[in-house]
Amino acid sequence: MLAMNFRGPYQIRADRNRPEPEIKHPMDAIVRVTRSLICGSDLHLYHGLVPDTRVGMTFGHEFTGIVEEVGSGVKKLKVGDHVLVPFNIACGSCPHCKQELYGNCHEANAEATAVGGFFGYAHTGGGYDGGQAEYVRVPYADVSPTVIPEGMDPENAVLLTDVVPTGYQAAEQGGIQKGDTVVVFGAGPVGLLAARFSWFFGAGRVIVIDELEYRLEFARKFAFAEAYNFREMDDPVVFLKKATDYFGADVCIDAVGCDATGSAFQNITGKGLLLQAGNATAFHWAVNSVKKGGIVSIIGVYGPPWNLVPLGSIMNKGITIRGNQASVKRLLPKMIDHIMSGRINPKEIITHRFPLEEIPDAYRMFSKKMDNIIKPLLIPPRANA
Amino acid sequence: MKDALENRIEEFQDRVIAKRNMARAKDIPGWGMDADPENDPAYPMKHTNGADHQRFDYEKPPQQPLDMEVFHSIERPGVTRVFGTSTPPAGLSGAIRRYAYKYSEATATHWMTLILADRVDVIQGKLNDLKHGVLPNPWVERGWNAEWKYNRSAFIGKAATTALLITAGIMLLSKKNSSKQHSREW
Ligand SMILES: [Zn+2]
Ligand SMILES: [Zn+2]
Repeated sequence: MLAMNFRGPYQIRADRNRPEPEIKHPMDAIVRVTRSLICGSDLHLYHGLVPDTRVGMTFGHEFTGIVEEVGSGVKKLKVGDHVLVPFNIACGSCPHCKQELYGNCHEANAEATAVGGFFGYAHTGGGYDGGQAEYVRVPYADVSPTVIPEGMDPENAVLLTDVVPTGYQAAEQGGIQKGDTVVVFGAGPVGLLAARFSWFFGAGRVIVIDELEYRLEFARKFAFAEAYNFREMDDPVVFLKKATDYFGADVCIDAVGCDATGSAFQNITGKGLLLQAGNATAFHWAVNSVKKGGIVSIIGVYGPPWNLVPLGSIMNKGITIRGNQASVKRLLPKMIDHIMSGRINPKEIITHRFPLEEIPDAYRMFSKKMDNIIKPLLIPPRANA
Repeated sequence: MKDALENRIEEFQDRVIAKRNMARAKDIPGWGMDADPENDPAYPMKHTNGADHQRFDYEKPPQQPLDMEVFHSIERPGVTRVFGTSTPPAGLSGAIRRYAYKYSEATATHWMTLILADRVDVIQGKLNDLKHGVLPNPWVERGWNAEWKYNRSAFIGKAATTALLITAGIMLLSKKNSSKQHSREW
């Protein structure tokens, strides 16, 4: 079959000779992919920042597909179902799953206990091949995969596998109260959705900070946010303090993660010397710009386990820090309702559509932010077979 | 920066803007619909149901057969009931990874060793390609088609600089060689 094949940082192949996946466990299903997306967190893999990303892996944790085959233990899912597959692999029976922390399942990732099991996310995410392929093995098929609701646009359905619930959870974790000022660092897909959903929690002001003008423009239109370029500031922290009566924002959301720019020191220690798990500029800005007693919500991906953390400020300012992988299954009913009621049409963020064969170009364009790209969609040749 | 945004701060006054936004909130789809005054300091609040204290004592799914080498974190007993089968460890990079998994996730040794293994793996991948008669195609695999299409001038500039450096290098070398030949003739 045709699938993405990782050959090393910045080098991937659209490989026609990948073996088709097989049922390995009674609760597995095999899904023929109809749509998949490239995620900003795939770029951290593409750039070689996530440990145990092995040559030969297939990425892709955001996909929809048609069930082709099910294992003997699968009861709910049927061959022929068109499903959206949440990015977290979850058993449904461990204590974490029972508490709806589906991003933290204890039976999905042997390689790491601090990280859940994810499709196509290195062996740090459990060593599963992902959905940037014609077929995928989907474990625990009865737990998270959800039949696409009738009448839902397939492009909205595929966005429900990660970015929509992730953006929502970013805002939810912020504990936004009515009238709050929310600052979102990063105007990528998740940042845009976090900004948009901040209003759902009653935000009074939503500010998006990024360095790319086209993304800031997108944030103004799509997320109704004020959007500012940190390259036009002497210091984003000082700007945000001045703009909030010298108090600081009520809530800061880090929607960037380890691939940030904006601080030479962070860049050298994080990406050059690998002395910390990537560049933590966005997180530092968040901690320094939030008010005393405020909340910092982290949704950006950092490589485990260490960072130069501004602990002094966190303690002295009484900051609450929340972070997690989105619990997609928990949020799906609410997200489906928001989409079906027309309160949000997330597919507006899909700006580029590529045949799966052109995946190296798609990654390059997304990585280098060419042609005003926001979110790229991949369509496999057998999508409609 | 002289006209940096923070020097025009009157335009950005927080409470003024927030108050104005609250007045037009009805024009923002979904405004306030998930607001919850209990939502402080932050949720998701824990969905308390006693599951925490079950620890490992819960009904587990059947074990996926262990038909390949799977590493597991030393912070847990054995492998999970289901695991990925993407790319079993192999060769030198596999040996380095095997060493890394002797250390806990709390150590830099674990993660830095894995990063080292990743770099070794890239070289192993290239050798494997050659062994199987696959010639890597950097133009396609690095997405230079996209650079050519959307970023041509910058791309040509970079390529021209590289070409210039290579040409200069070749000229320098050939000059050296010709002068060597010259001296031999003498
Ligand atoms: Zn994603
Ligand atoms: Zn679980």
